[in-house]
Amino acid sequence: MKRLLAAVWKWTDDRIGISDLMGPAMTHLVPRDSKWWYVFGSATMLAFIVQVVTGVALAFSYVSSSSQAYDTLQFITNNAPFGRILRGMHYYGASAMVLMVGAHLAQTFLFGAYKFPREMNWTTGVLLLGMTLIMGFTGQLLRWDQTAAWSVVVAAEQAGRVPLIGDPLARFILGGNTIGGATLSRFFAIHVFVIPAMLFVFIGLHLWLVLRHGISEPPVPGQPVNPKTYREWYHRFLEKHGHPFWPDGAWRDFVFGTGLIIVIALLAIFVGPPAIDRPPDPSMLNADPRPDWYLLWYFSLLALIPTRVEGFVMILVPALIAAMLLFVPLLNNRGERAPSRRPWSIAVVLCSVVMIGSLWAVGISSPWSPNFHPGHLPVTVIGTDTGPIFQGAVLFDEKGCLNCHLVSGYGGRRGPDLTHIGDELTQDNMVIRIVNGGVNMPAFGNTLKPGEIDSLVAFLSSRHKTPR
Amino acid sequence: MPVPDLPHGRLQMQTQRALEEEPESLSRRNFFATLCIALSGLCAVILGVPLVGFILAPLFRKTPQHWIPLGKTGQFEVGKTINVSFMDPSPLPWAGITAKSAAWLRRVSATEFIAFSVNCTHLGCPVRWLPDAELFMCPCHGGVYYKDGTVAAGPPPHPLIRYEVRVLNDEVQIKSAAIPITTTL
Repeated sequence: MKRLLAAVWKWTDDRIGISDLMGPAMTHLVPRDSKWWYVFGSATMLAFIVQVVTGVALAFSYVSSSSQAYDTLQFITNNAPFGRILRGMHYYGASAMVLMVGAHLAQTFLFGAYKFPREMNWTTGVLLLGMTLIMGFTGQLLRWDQTAAWSVVVAAEQAGRVPLIGDPLARFILGGNTIGGATLSRFFAIHVFVIPAMLFVFIGLHLWLVLRHGISEPPVPGQPVNPKTYREWYHRFLEKHGHPFWPDGAWRDFVFGTGLIIVIALLAIFVGPPAIDRPPDPSMLNADPRPDWYLLWYFSLLALIPTRVEGFVMILVPALIAAMLLFVPLLNNRGERAPSRRPWSIAVVLCSVVMIGSLWAVGISSPWSPNFHPGHLPVTVIGTDTGPIFQGAVLFDEKGCLNCHLVSGYGGRRGPDLTHIGDELTQDNMVIRIVNGGVNMPAFGNTLKPGEIDSLVAFLSSRHKTPR
Repeated sequence: MPVPDLPHGRLQMQTQRALEEEPESLSRRNFFATLCIALSGLCAVILGVPLVGFILAPLFRKTPQHWIPLGKTGQFEVGKTINVSFMDPSPLPWAGITAKSAAWLRRVSATEFIAFSVNCTHLGCPVRWLPDAELFMCPCHGGVYYKDGTVAAGPPPHPLIRYEVRVLNDEVQIKSAAIPITTTL
């Protein structure tokens, strides 16, 4: 039997030429010291394979029609065998792909692996990062629930800020003048055909470049890259310190990749896919659209930047980040690679992680958004159930103050915490602030009667650190 | 330079020799190369024109504007702002509930109505009306508007967009319109 199989393989290999095609790629020499730091690239590709497999499976039931997509997703999640797990794996696979491509980018940058002759490896990688994020965003839209539908509007509004072509670009995203039948199908085409086709092409190119230039050796301080001598030096280095990729180098990729798939599957089984929001009915206005976690940091940035420069920041910041990433190797493609000799590279990565992490963390609580369900201030907090203080507390609730201000843990966080405002502002200052508003507060002079203002001030004046 | 004894190596050598020894065939070869590139370009145009046209069609599709009835004037109380929903007058057949749309309608007086777009002028999120506070608030980035649609706080660069609204034969009607897009330049 074994002999028969060997004969069949030999015949097939002879006719198709698999060994001739794949052999050199599989056995090409890689630096022996390229260990666990080097697994993130293959892990990204594996996550992409997870996306392709689970995406194809989901496409067997998903209907990309504005009127039916929501129902098919409900069916996939709640009725179809393995549907919930597949949706979960597709979601966590996307998250894994974003995380791994980020880790791969950081490692490549820290190791100076973008330097000669691997500049185009880096550039194609940056384009793949961009495509991964587009896949993430368009994938969220295919959930086609209320959040997805409003996220399309947000995306169109952002595109609208692009100078000169903003309006047609926004209409292109919407598929017309409003959300409707054409909106979802174009995102489906982009998510399922256009970007994946580009991903296949660029992953192929990226892998070809990895084979062409070889995997970069771990950086050594005092061993700068000299474009004139590097290639010759690298080949001599590989002859001395290299081993075949298969299986000597590849086993770590397989171990890490298997671990990644296990984590994705466990999350899909035990945590499950993201909840499907209410139907995508544009006339239902109780919506609170938020991007998935990998774009939440940008959502936060749009809330925190000064309004005056927002139009420019919205377009220029992503364009600048993209340009900086793309042109990194052109600015600096030689010299030291070791991070210890390039401390600024460590600073750049750390700053990026801290910045994105902070924006992400603040995006979760979104303190700039009003709290639309603040409840009512209990009598225990108000301190009385009669008189002007109580009436002021009721007004504080009714007039929307509680949506934005926190009092003893109740309310919103958009404005200042007023728990101890009685210690901080005089009654006159309170009146001025209530009547005229502030930097980020509406003026209530036209909506409150004088007696109501007195009650509000009475309530606010009663907010002290120590009860009086 | 030695050429390896491989099929493609021999082929390269033959090609090089042909180039060196037969200069008269160059124009013929150039012609074929140019022809192939031109034909490829023609194929790309044949495929590309309908593709691009089809994808960009929504940009050029004229959406007729219609007056859509919202109800009799008696249904709307003076001084109140309410959410009105209506259907896109010419939706694609598979639009389903996405053909629905909404506006905030305010009856200012017995004869005057104002209809606001529900889209925040910051990034298009749906603003909500807080009747007691008489404010519109946006859930996304905290934009706040007064009852007349002017900006009260937060990042919105413009007041809420108004839709055309009229009273005809005691019926309040709103004119269908595109989602307002805030542009920079």
